[in-house]
Amino acid sequence: MVDATVNTQSGPRGPKPKKALSSTNVIIYGTLFVVCMYYLLPLYVMIVTSLKGMPEVRLGNIFGPPVEVTFQPWVKAWSEACTGINCEGLSRGFWNSVWILVPSVIISIAIASVSGYALANWRFKGSEVFFTILIFGAFIPYQVMIYPIVILLRESGEGITSVLKAFNPMLEAMGFEGFKTFRLMGSVSGLVIVHTIFGMPILTLLFRNYFTSVPEELFKAARVDGAGFWGIYFRIMLPMSLPIFVVAMILQVTGIWNDFLFGVIYTKPETYPMTVQLNNIVNSVQGVKEYNVNMAATLLTGLVPLVIYFASGKLFVRGIAAGAVKG
Amino acid sequence: MAVTDTGQTEVSTKRPSRLFKNIAAKIAAIPMIFTALVVFVGCTLWTIYHSFTRSRLLPAPDKWVGLDNYERLWSENRWLISIENLAIYGLCSLVLSLTIGFVLAALLDRKIRFENTIRTIILYPFALSFVVTGLAWQWILNPELGLQNTVRNIGWESFTFDPLNNADIVIYGVLIAGIWQGSGFVMVLLLAGMRGIDEDVWKASRVEGIPAWKTYIFIVIPMMRPVFVTALVIISAGIIKVYDLVVAQTSGGPGIASEVPAKYVIEKMFQAQNLGLGFAASTMMLLSVLVVLIPWAYLEFGGKKNG
Amino acid sequence: MTYSVEIKQLDLAFGAVKVLQGLDLNVSEGEFLVLLGSSGCGKSTLLNCIAGLLEITDGQIFIKGKNVTWAEPSERGIGMVFQSYALYPQMTVKGNLSFGLKNAKIPKNEIEKRVARAAEILQIGPLLDRKPGALSGGQRQRVAIGRALVRDVDVFLFDEPLSNLDAKLRVDLRVELKRLHNQLQNTMIYVTHDQVEAMTLADRIAVMKGGAIMQLGSPDEIYNKPRNLYVADFIGSPSMNFVEGHLEGGLFKVDDMVLPMDGYVFAAPQTADRLATIGIRPEHVVTGELVPNAPLQFNVDVDLVEPMGSDTLVYAKLGQHPFRIRMDGQASVKVGETISIGVDPSRASLFDTATEDRL
Repeated sequence: MVDATVNTQSGPRGPKPKKALSSTNVIIYGTLFVVCMYYLLPLYVMIVTSLKGMPEVRLGNIFGPPVEVTFQPWVKAWSEACTGINCEGLSRGFWNSVWILVPSVIISIAIASVSGYALANWRFKGSEVFFTILIFGAFIPYQVMIYPIVILLRESGEGITSVLKAFNPMLEAMGFEGFKTFRLMGSVSGLVIVHTIFGMPILTLLFRNYFTSVPEELFKAARVDGAGFWGIYFRIMLPMSLPIFVVAMILQVTGIWNDFLFGVIYTKPETYPMTVQLNNIVNSVQGVKEYNVNMAATLLTGLVPLVIYFASGKLFVRGIAAGAVKG
Repeated sequence: MAVTDTGQTEVSTKRPSRLFKNIAAKIAAIPMIFTALVVFVGCTLWTIYHSFTRSRLLPAPDKWVGLDNYERLWSENRWLISIENLAIYGLCSLVLSLTIGFVLAALLDRKIRFENTIRTIILYPFALSFVVTGLAWQWILNPELGLQNTVRNIGWESFTFDPLNNADIVIYGVLIAGIWQGSGFVMVLLLAGMRGIDEDVWKASRVEGIPAWKTYIFIVIPMMRPVFVTALVIISAGIIKVYDLVVAQTSGGPGIASEVPAKYVIEKMFQAQNLGLGFAASTMMLLSVLVVLIPWAYLEFGGKKNG
Repeated sequence: MTYSVEIKQLDLAFGAVKVLQGLDLNVSEGEFLVLLGSSGCGKSTLLNCIAGLLEITDGQIFIKGKNVTWAEPSERGIGMVFQSYALYPQMTVKGNLSFGLKNAKIPKNEIEKRVARAAEILQIGPLLDRKPGALSGGQRQRVAIGRALVRDVDVFLFDEPLSNLDAKLRVDLRVELKRLHNQLQNTMIYVTHDQVEAMTLADRIAVMKGGAIMQLGSPDEIYNKPRNLYVADFIGSPSMNFVEGHLEGGLFKVDDMVLPMDGYVFAAPQTADRLATIGIRPEHVVTGELVPNAPLQFNVDVDLVEPMGSDTLVYAKLGQHPFRIRMDGQASVKVGETISIGVDPSRASLFDTATEDRL
């Protein structure tokens, strides 16, 4: 029985300690092989579909490798695919996502790391209460907060506008152009704020736990050496916590890139992030469905997080596990 | 004792003001305090309050209508279907992802080769957007050209698996995609918990001749209770938020067969211009989170403080 | 006169928990004071209060006559050395030594000068460009001391600085610390739970328990004239033998024995009879041919013998009372044997059983 299964096994051969081909091992490796196939299948199907021409797709064998490999669907998805009347392809969504991603990641990590540091090393009266609210807030469904945030963004946008416009007579008198209406709602800056807010619980927890694990005596020594809040943060804590910043970055880049809900709600069609645009392309009811283009577009959207995932390895795991570690 | 001024000193002998102590830390924490108080507490209370008002296109804080919105909500077919779907999806995805996650973690924990490769493969869907996952599975489950057709082409003519066209089972089509994306994460959590168990436990059970499966069920699982609880809470919180997956994979269809509460809320607020109903529905979502969260918080934190 | 460090009525409470209460302590210029106690006695807490790392609830702290109760740690003129060394891992040794000076905006050439001096005193010159990770435990602790040294401070605070080192290194550094103190003549306050460190290093020892100072005195006083049962029990290894009995008219009575306390110096004249406990250190018990010369003589039954090389520890029974005796390493004693021992009351300690204070 063992012999029959050996050859179909993907399991290990060679110098493995004792009984490498025991029936237990055959079952374990067999199961894991099947499981891996299941997890890889959708990726495989997406890739082969995206490389087929539409006539071949219509033949209806989604598992079959492409007879004739074509990159046309990828080109079309990137630069020609339509959402409604707009036919610029996904490239616009990609760049929108980049413009959303970069400031969101930087600002959210900067703010959360300082908050985590304050919570770990400079506790003040009530700081733990705020932190507890923050962590429990992470469990509140976004739907509960989404509308009031719309109002907050609209109102603060108007507030900022009126403050800025107060300078306009002066600026115009000096020959400069006056400030225009400043919008937070429906703009990239508004979405950046939203991402910063909702990234706060997990990132603050991540940094707080990390900074708490830094020996307290190090912090005390720095205080005796005359370093203050910012001095200790920049000179002592920051240089020794680069790994945790990388973890936070991985967490935020994948999280923000993959966001759909906030993109739909807080931006306008011109500034839709890639995920929203992808959905609009694929699920648009107009025209003939081009499945190969759809799959190319889907893969393009998934590419950034996938590259980060495969490149970061264990750091990704550390990031997602951070949410599970009790504070 | 009274503070006596010794007159020997230039440094203030008085206690500095409480407010200005740690002032830099307090300033630095303002964004966090703002998020906690204004966004998390303030916005939540705002929504709960407005769920009792007749808000339509705009919030109408002065038109108090009591529980009207809730009554309408619970008499609306679309909401009831959403709730039913969430219940089915939630229950199945909890049971399945915990079971699959545990079995996979147990398999990976048996000191196997290629552990990292296998874990990387199982976890990669978790790095993807729900939109990507939804669209990928929408294509695989495509009734005309997808899995069903492929199997029929091989020769099994009567093979039928078309969840995305069948209102009765469409939610299971979403479930398959959800499990595919999320089970790797559960596995990683449980594997971390399993690795936290003292290896001596395994030695002891081997010395006593207890078979591996028995050790798992009677010793390992009970020892992993905290990890299971944490996983349970995180999965539950995720389930209630399910939105993008449904939007991308089925758009709620066929008809309204795969609607979920999160989608219902967004549509009431931003498309149907019925804010009051949207607020009531989102408050119900919050309530369902609290049902999970409060007992957990009580077990996790309440017990310790009293004990 | 001004003390180097003066603590008045210091209170510290975390919420409802009072950690330090009404504590007074004066440390003279150039003194080496050791705060000794078991873990949780408040000794490290007190040190942190002096350093300004913990905000006190009430009371005042003066350093060199200056009220520093609310001053920042860096403004107090103190340098501190920690148990875990607490070196900044990403900075070189030189960076570690100069970090505090840079924060204090000291001119560059002055920094160079002070770093060089500290490196010379501590013999860490060749290590200046290394990172802490590349140093041994002993070297790290030397750098940590150097970091306090360059700051040119009045008072050095040590928080169990030798606890993380292995036994042999600990002895070496202890000797070095003592030499350093002789050389620098700075005030040093040193926290430890190790009584050997305390006895060897200190000019004075403060034995602490439950946030209060039980006894403050020279090592000799602490060892020979413990002020209460706690100090008597805490100091000395193996610890003191205690036997409870009665003190009546200058005689100590236990069971059917009556011991005249000739030569014992009472803290106060004894008028009333009371329940008392006599404490006798195992190393103050004489055996063999010295017994006949001892003022008090007993027979004890040997229960257990622990030969330790340099000496032999004998667990015996005096009547029903367990009694430890420290004998010469070469002593041949067997279990079950009855041996005679001699005790000198002038080296014993008497305590009131109720108040636990020395009589």
